[in-house]
Amino acid sequence: MALLEVRDLSVVFQRKGEEPFAAVDGISFDVSPGQMVGLVGESGCGKSVTSLAIMGLLPQRGVRVEGTVEFEGKDLLRLSDRELADRRGRDLGMVFQDPLSSVNPVIPIGVQVSEVLERHEGLRRREAALRSAELLDRVGIPDPSRRLKEYPHQLSGGMRQRALIAMALACKPRLLIADEPTTALDVTIQAQILSLLSELVRDTGTALIMITHDLGVVAGMCDEVNVLYGGRIVERAGRHELFAEPRHPYTAGLLASIPRLDAPRGDRLTPIRGSVADNIPWAGGCAFAPRCPNAVDACVERSPEMTRDGERLLRCHNPVGRPAPSEEVPVQ
Amino acid sequence: MLRYTVRRLGQLMLVVLALSVLLFAWLRALPGGPVSALLGDRATPESEAALRADLGLDQPIFLQYWRFVARALTGDFGTSTGVQRGTPALDVFLQRFPATLELAVLAILIAIAVGIPLGYLAARRRGRLLDNLSITWSLVGIAVPVFFLAFLLKWIFAVQLGWLPASGRQTGGIDATRVTGFYVLDGLLTQEWDAALDAFVHLLLPAIALSTIPFAVIFRITRAAVLDVLDEDYVRTARSKGLAGAVIRRRHVLRNAMLPVVTTIGLQTGALLSGAVLTERVFNIPGLGQALALGFERKDFPVLQVVILASAMTYVLVNLLVDLSYAAIDPRIRTR
Ligand SMILES: Nc1ncnc2c1ncn2[C@@H]1O[C@H](COP(=O)(O)OP(=O)(O)O)[C@@H](O)[C@H]1O
Ligand code: SF4
Ligand SMILES: [Mg+2]
Repeated sequence: MALLEVRDLSVVFQRKGEEPFAAVDGISFDVSPGQMVGLVGESGCGKSVTSLAIMGLLPQRGVRVEGTVEFEGKDLLRLSDRELADRRGRDLGMVFQDPLSSVNPVIPIGVQVSEVLERHEGLRRREAALRSAELLDRVGIPDPSRRLKEYPHQLSGGMRQRALIAMALACKPRLLIADEPTTALDVTIQAQILSLLSELVRDTGTALIMITHDLGVVAGMCDEVNVLYGGRIVERAGRHELFAEPRHPYTAGLLASIPRLDAPRGDRLTPIRGSVADNIPWAGGCAFAPRCPNAVDACVERSPEMTRDGERLLRCHNPVGRPAPSEEVPVQ
Repeated sequence: MLRYTVRRLGQLMLVVLALSVLLFAWLRALPGGPVSALLGDRATPESEAALRADLGLDQPIFLQYWRFVARALTGDFGTSTGVQRGTPALDVFLQRFPATLELAVLAILIAIAVGIPLGYLAARRRGRLLDNLSITWSLVGIAVPVFFLAFLLKWIFAVQLGWLPASGRQTGGIDATRVTGFYVLDGLLTQEWDAALDAFVHLLLPAIALSTIPFAVIFRITRAAVLDVLDEDYVRTARSKGLAGAVIRRRHVLRNAMLPVVTTIGLQTGALLSGAVLTERVFNIPGLGQALALGFERKDFPVLQVVILASAMTYVLVNLLVDLSYAAIDPRIRTR
């Protein structure tokens, strides 16, 4: 059985005097225990909103969330605030994008790690401090017992992200959501944090949802990759299938725009033309059509449905390579 | 921290020195002057000249200033010429200081005790009844002149209802022992409970009047700061850890929101001093405000000088304390 089953998740923002806006528009995917799943797409495609919806951290007002998010058979969207808070930090952990703003500047790092243990494992202050020191050590922060007493501004960005990872994994959650955990960091630090993350989730058997705009990040770690565009999943495949043979023109575009070490010298990267600002609504066609090199007439007439091709899911009228598979996937 | 404090104290001396020069020149540039104020209609050119010489006002101004500074360093700020004629200006100040300080401290305590919790609650219930009511109240608090509010409070609660005394610091019949000059404190120290309570009751109306502006400002800054902090990423992190609401509020929201509030409280001591002038007049409290008003009326240079310089010093000292407590809350400053 899947650990997490997301079904038809939609998040609609509705501000006074504005048109409702579906940031997430009917997303479904599964995460099995211990599995690493990628959620990839350009900025603004709804990755963070998806993760906040799973965690129940969306703003209280002006948002409508639909669908189900079943975690171990219980729909998280229907839990009370209290029940959800009991699970956050214990069963579900999250690491955020910006380690500078995501830690509290006026509280020692140690307290920010200990408070999770005190909350969920009922540890006393002293035991929690000991455990926190072990955790900091585990995430590669040198001299942990001294660091416990330090404040965030005394730590580098990479160290802060390590501390945030320690907080998120303190109670060995069964699912960790990492929302662009390395985007704000130096390139050299990025690789260290990524290998730390995959090592830790492997050790603890934690399942991971890795959110990124960079296909290169998921290439090294995820078993399965979901590509998001305009709030919908447009392609899903196992890592090897996806990289060997991208079928969706958007996936192909993303792949062509990541730097590769094995590329011939002088080969320029080809970024996807246009930007998400060019999107058309899904209602009458494909949101990607204005930017798509493969677009055909159907793309601005009918919204492409999700189709299945073996293990691969694809939402496209005119995919790269072979013609579109005919088998439609109604509601999975 | 120690070096910082010492540096700030050095700055304090400079501020007071600069202010003393400005104040000295400004007072003497005002129309009229102590001589005409003292002599009034009886002035003759001869008596004016004699009095000017007597007060040292016939000397060149920089010489006057020099003598003022030299004497001030020995604790001699001159003799009152109008407020309490013949009394050393410093004594006039010292006699009145406790009344004003007592009033100002109670006023700021009221402003803090009401403003911070209300600002916090209003932010959490943004857009709802409590929020709208307290915003309106704080707007009224800022808009209504202290003078008018003091009169209104006095008229309703003292004159019409008779619940609270209308003026002074202590009921006439009470024969309280004086220790510090702070009446409430004296009552507590000597265990004369009746006297302490009586003094406190006298303080209530003026303190409430005086607290309205600081309350309104503290309320609004608290509300805005809490709203800002609630949107911060680290509050979201705290929620992602499943912490109890009370822990999030106390540990993660309130502490950060207090930073701008603390600064505001310091700045409000200035408003308190100017508000005290009006409040003391309405409630007939023999404090510094009254001394200032009388001092200007009668051009009592020595009293004005010592009162204004001491007030400025208090203001700067309070803000130094505020900065130190800011550093106590914010490690980014403390461990720099
Ligand atoms: N609180 C919010 N209110 C209104 N719109 C929002 C809010 N949060 C995100 N959005 C919108 O939802 C879309 C998806 O955002 P997000 O999930 O943050 O994208 P990303 O994939 O870069 O993480 C964006 O267009 C964004 O403007
Ligand atoms: S549906 Fe059409 S426009 Fe959309 S990605 Fe496929 S080919 Fe391009
Ligand atoms: Mg994002």
